[in-house]
Amino acid sequence: MIAELGHYALMLALGLALIQGTMPIVGTRTNDPVLMSIAAPTALAQFAFVAMAFTALAICYVISDFSVENVYQNSNSQMPLIYRLTSIWGNHEGSMMLWVSILTFFGALVAVFGNNLPVVLKAHALAVQAWIAAAFHLFILMTSNPFVRIPQAPFEGQDLNPILQDPGLAFHPPLLYLGYVGFSIAFSFAIAALLEGRIDAAWARWVRPWVLGAWMCLTVGIAGGSYWAYYTLGWGGFWFWDPVENASLMPWLAGTALLHSAVVMEKRGALKIWTILLAILTFSLSLIGTFLVRSGVLTSVHTFANDPMRGVFILAILVVFIGGALALYGWRAPLLKQGGLFAPISREGALVFNNLFLTTACASVFIGTLYPLALEALTGAKISVGAPFFNATFGPLFIPLMVVMPFGPLMGWKRGDLLGAAQRLLVAAILAAFAMAAAFALEQGGPVLAPFGAGVAVFVMAGAVTDIAERTLVLRLPFRAALQRAIGLPRSAWGTAFAHFGLGVTLLGIVAATAWGSERIAEMKVGDNLDIAHYRVTFAGLFGRQGPNYHDVVGRFIVHRMNGDLIGVMEPSRRSFPTRNMTTTEAALMTRGVSQLYLSLGDPMQNGNVAVRLYFKPQVLLIWLGAALMFAGGALSLSDRRLRVGAPQPAKAKAALRPAG
Amino acid sequence: MTRKQRRLVLIGSGMAVLAVAVALMLNAFRDSIVFFNSPSDVVEKHVPAGTRIRLGGLVKNGSVVRDSNLSVRFEVTDGKNGIAVNYQGVLPDLFREGQGVVAEGALDPAGMFKADSILAKHDETYMPKEVADALKRSGHWKDDYGRQAGTPAGAGAK
Repeated sequence: MIAELGHYALMLALGLALIQGTMPIVGTRTNDPVLMSIAAPTALAQFAFVAMAFTALAICYVISDFSVENVYQNSNSQMPLIYRLTSIWGNHEGSMMLWVSILTFFGALVAVFGNNLPVVLKAHALAVQAWIAAAFHLFILMTSNPFVRIPQAPFEGQDLNPILQDPGLAFHPPLLYLGYVGFSIAFSFAIAALLEGRIDAAWARWVRPWVLGAWMCLTVGIAGGSYWAYYTLGWGGFWFWDPVENASLMPWLAGTALLHSAVVMEKRGALKIWTILLAILTFSLSLIGTFLVRSGVLTSVHTFANDPMRGVFILAILVVFIGGALALYGWRAPLLKQGGLFAPISREGALVFNNLFLTTACASVFIGTLYPLALEALTGAKISVGAPFFNATFGPLFIPLMVVMPFGPLMGWKRGDLLGAAQRLLVAAILAAFAMAAAFALEQGGPVLAPFGAGVAVFVMAGAVTDIAERTLVLRLPFRAALQRAIGLPRSAWGTAFAHFGLGVTLLGIVAATAWGSERIAEMKVGDNLDIAHYRVTFAGLFGRQGPNYHDVVGRFIVHRMNGDLIGVMEPSRRSFPTRNMTTTEAALMTRGVSQLYLSLGDPMQNGNVAVRLYFKPQVLLIWLGAALMFAGGALSLSDRRLRVGAPQPAKAKAALRPAG
Repeated sequence: MTRKQRRLVLIGSGMAVLAVAVALMLNAFRDSIVFFNSPSDVVEKHVPAGTRIRLGGLVKNGSVVRDSNLSVRFEVTDGKNGIAVNYQGVLPDLFREGQGVVAEGALDPAGMFKADSILAKHDETYMPKEVADALKRSGHWKDDYGRQAGTPAGAGAK
């Protein structure tokens, strides 16, 4: 009964989406305020019904209703409640439900918080949002219905893929989807602006919070996925240049570019047409990401099922939305007025530089990801494009961006002073040179470029600090006055500094962990020692342990410092899941500062020995710490008064408008 | 500068960055692409020793020999031809005899495939698409594999 209710609610949501997608457009064409105002309440109602459908599915999972095929295939009554809940999106149908839930949630947010939007823009944007929603509702109902029943209900479910039985599943997909789908708002606003044929700087102010929010979620979603892969796959890699990872990186790169070009548009009224294009491209890349991951053209842990019908359907969605949006762009963009002159050396110029390199880097990832697919479709040759390709293209494009990054915030709008900015960055440059020299002297081995990378990372971090120091005049004014200025700084300035600093931190972590880490692979018998960096790991024996729905074979390892001090115990295990007859590797991590020891077990051998992989990953936690800082930067910027959705205009502007006397 | 000149600077620098990117990409494509081959491809195309390839097929039943020092030898077969593979290291969780496997590495002059990474992208119901296609081409596609790969429960491991 509950499943049928969910199914029914989803159909109603489709109906509402169709109304929301057409009536407001008719309203804007006939200038009918009533039809236009239909958009907001239908968006809310649509969200309510989708939420109802999602809740229905969740209830089926919680009560383990195995008469629902989706629950039967992906859940098991022995699983802990948290995994029964996360299994909802641990499969194709459920993850699409999560997708539309978030999509309609964003639509509802625009309906609620968009009171200060011009009526026509709001009507158009919500209508476009509804088209996207309608396409995905239809996709679920026609090809991926999670509410299908099995005539004779089995007694027990088939269990969730053991690799996905991890707390990571609770965070990674929802955050990633919040990012992907969040960009749909920017897309809808861009299409709305094109439909209307009018755009101004205020457009950027309305869109930026949504882009920022989506970008924050995507940042931590990607970082979370990377940490999950790092600890769960058993060989200590944190980024594989796997197509599904690239699928999430591309919208991030385009979204980052959009975030920056929207600043120029908001502050200076320039780059309007470019910003619109970026808004379209960013969400298009999100859709392409969904297609790559969900259609089964790629095989990976993210591919849940291969049904050609689904691939074709998503491809059709892709063609209609991306093709339609770009065609509309080509037709209507020339109508939009350009504005805002600036010299090449200026804050705008720096942001254009940022956009140029981000989009080019994004394009290189795009080509590297899709070229093998295109080649296979055209010639049948199967190739793999892996890390070497991306290191040779993405790296050289990203490093100049990082070097120029600290200059941006120090330049003035319209016309900047490059020499002045360089002078102010002198301390940062000296620090970077020092870090480079130190890395060169201290770390033997590793690639020659690694100290350079570390230097760039330090330059970025020091540059972000310089920016704040310059704005607060902390070195010139007495401390109290500087503190006053620090409090008075716009939150977005702090946000920029935090996010830029975070990117430097992440780069430092990547450089250190990849260049200066060490690895030992060995077969150990009880009592054997294995030395790595300045640690000694001793194998103390194997024992068994029973979990709720699995059995662990645990290896016990004692970790000492080289001088004999006991540090602790690491217990990696091999976990077998009887329902799926599958074994996973559970690595053991030991955190030392921001570095980690990483130990994973191979197949146990007949003679009682174990094969182990032991890694020392210096500064590896910085990678994800940096992402957390970027998130914090985004949050600070989002809390900026100027960007608050529905915030009144600045008091100054109001005062200026008030009639004299 | 006039508006036109500024626009030219902008477009010019954009083109320059694009040109650099294209050069980087072409260069990387030349050096870092790895072709997928089945054992029959390797035999028929005479893949020269030292060329990096991905070798995919089934791990032949009874062919896995574990030596000391974590060294493993096994044969990758597509039913028609077989290639001996040598790998040193810890095998992935899903590596099993009779199951699909993809090994990346190069042939040595003696005809032994030295793998430096082993991917077993499958669970009990799924095998790598490349391997499935290769097996179909060689006519050794087992029906039960086809059925299993078609069941929607399978999720491949990365």
